[in-house]
Amino acid sequence: MAETQSLTALGEAVLAALPAGRIEIERGAELVLTLPGEGLVEAMTLLRDHFGFEQLMDLCGADWPERPARFEVIYNLLSLSHNRRIRVIVSTDAATPVPSLIHVWPCATWYEREAWDMYGIVFEGQTDLRRLLTDYGFEGHPLRKDFPLTGHVEVRYDEERKQVVYEPVKLTQDFRNFDFLSPWENMTTLPGDEKVFLNRVEPPAAPQVAGPKP
Amino acid sequence: MSLTAESANASPNEPTRTVEVDSHTINFGPQHPAAHGVLRLILEMKGEMVERADPHIGLLHRGTEKLIEYKTYLQALPYMDRLDYVSPMCMEHSFAIAVERLLGIEGDVPIRARVIRTMFAELTRILNHLLNVTTYALDCGAITPALWGFEQREHLLEFYEAVGGSHYHVNYFRPGGVAKDLPAGLDDRIAGWCEQFPKFLGDLEGLLTNNRIFKQRTVDIGIMTAEMAMEWGFSGPCLRASGVPWDLRKSQPYEIYDQLDFEIPVGRQGDCYDRYLVRMMEMRQSLSMVKQCLGLLKPGPIKVLDNKIVPPSRGEMKRSMESLIHHFKLYTEGYHVPAGATYTVTEAPKGEFGVYMVADGTNRPYRCKIRAPGYAHLQAMEVLSKGHMLADAVAIIGSLDIVFGEIDR
Repeated sequence: MAETQSLTALGEAVLAALPAGRIEIERGAELVLTLPGEGLVEAMTLLRDHFGFEQLMDLCGADWPERPARFEVIYNLLSLSHNRRIRVIVSTDAATPVPSLIHVWPCATWYEREAWDMYGIVFEGQTDLRRLLTDYGFEGHPLRKDFPLTGHVEVRYDEERKQVVYEPVKLTQDFRNFDFLSPWENMTTLPGDEKVFLNRVEPPAAPQVAGPKP
Repeated sequence: MSLTAESANASPNEPTRTVEVDSHTINFGPQHPAAHGVLRLILEMKGEMVERADPHIGLLHRGTEKLIEYKTYLQALPYMDRLDYVSPMCMEHSFAIAVERLLGIEGDVPIRARVIRTMFAELTRILNHLLNVTTYALDCGAITPALWGFEQREHLLEFYEAVGGSHYHVNYFRPGGVAKDLPAGLDDRIAGWCEQFPKFLGDLEGLLTNNRIFKQRTVDIGIMTAEMAMEWGFSGPCLRASGVPWDLRKSQPYEIYDQLDFEIPVGRQGDCYDRYLVRMMEMRQSLSMVKQCLGLLKPGPIKVLDNKIVPPSRGEMKRSMESLIHHFKLYTEGYHVPAGATYTVTEAPKGEFGVYMVADGTNRPYRCKIRAPGYAHLQAMEVLSKGHMLADAVAIIGSLDIVFGEIDR
């Protein structure tokens, strides 16, 4: 538990330096800092220079369509000198840009391009916001939860036109989404049985019988 | 672009001399053999010097992260093999540990499973470095190392086949342990292979380490200082070659690495030659770790005992109703992972391989971001190759250990 204590101490120090943030310790092992979008560059520079997080290991997006600010940008930082990690999360929506970290860590460029490509998150100050992983001329942001798994277009070589053509995707069989989630799994009260649970009197616990079982 | 050299050496009686330097853009790849896969590199050249390098990636993008969101945790695991297909088991490793962390069973994995996983992770490291070092030498003009190296790789792939049934896509590390126990006699075969491998390593070093041509192609090419390597997100051998003694197996040990005795080779210059040397020395260290793991192998269970997470044995399934139910539930619904998020990393042969996984309490990952080490390395291609010759760009790509399965995902 010494690990958790040192994380708590680090979290408090970070919070004292960045009062706008919110600190959480995930499963007692991972430090998560939630920050607002404004002043992100200054906050990250502070984390890098003052707290020793020299490396931006990963930057990615996540989509939560039911939230008002549907996107999260997640930064995973690593400190080589102190051997610790921190995760910074910034929430945004499709219209609000997130400040780019290109001047804090040059490696942010590709990660930001990928987040733009996959989620349509805009990074303010990023001069090279081209698509990275998807096809040339691709439309849409494939990792959004409302983007279908099959995509919208399919590609094939057309023998007559002697070129590669894009066509709307045709499924020879309906897309099957297997969710094996049982409707009974979390249902403790069956319809019509509510009275049983409302008026139930718990029986006294059976006394523990010591000694070998018969 | 035209360059006019008039002011510098213009003497009054000599006529003005105009030198035209042709700047053009070339397309390196995606079918170039030295591009190590489907790299399309747009090189802006000034004569034979690289002015700008703009890697275009994504030609092997298969949407792994999207596919994983539609699969149960068990069904998602085979996609990991297909990321870095040169070191498949190390890819599974991060995913398996991430799921174990979220399930809270990381401490319950039996010791034999940990030893097997560590041993195969190290065999995989040798597998990866063998391919990288030898094809890198091939890019620099030496054919023989590749021919020799592939013979050794074949032996290692046979060990893969013995445990997982296939040469590459083994699907062997599972959340909770490993899929099957080692077949009888495999430990002796691995021990036998360990005996002959140092001789091969000696031969390989004899071919390359002091080879004049190889050194001319790699020494002082593509220098990455420690500061630059850190700000460009380097990890693994590429970071260590720049002189940063950082290895997750030592600093944030997982599995049984804290019980093993090994050293971390660190380079000094951060050039292509140092990256080669670091990998060669890592192979010797990995070999010693494989031998130590063989000594630590004791009979015992190879996965956690909770049949809600790992399938029951086939024989048990035929006799016990409960095991049959477990089997059915596992292979249809899968298991539910409690809501939470984790960024789990392992030291893959190429560097820090991370899985950022968000679970929402259902049987599928809500988000699974894969942090590939080669992605950060390839991004630095421009700063590494700027001002170098075109042929040096080939050596730099070789030294970075690029595999597109993990970069494009």
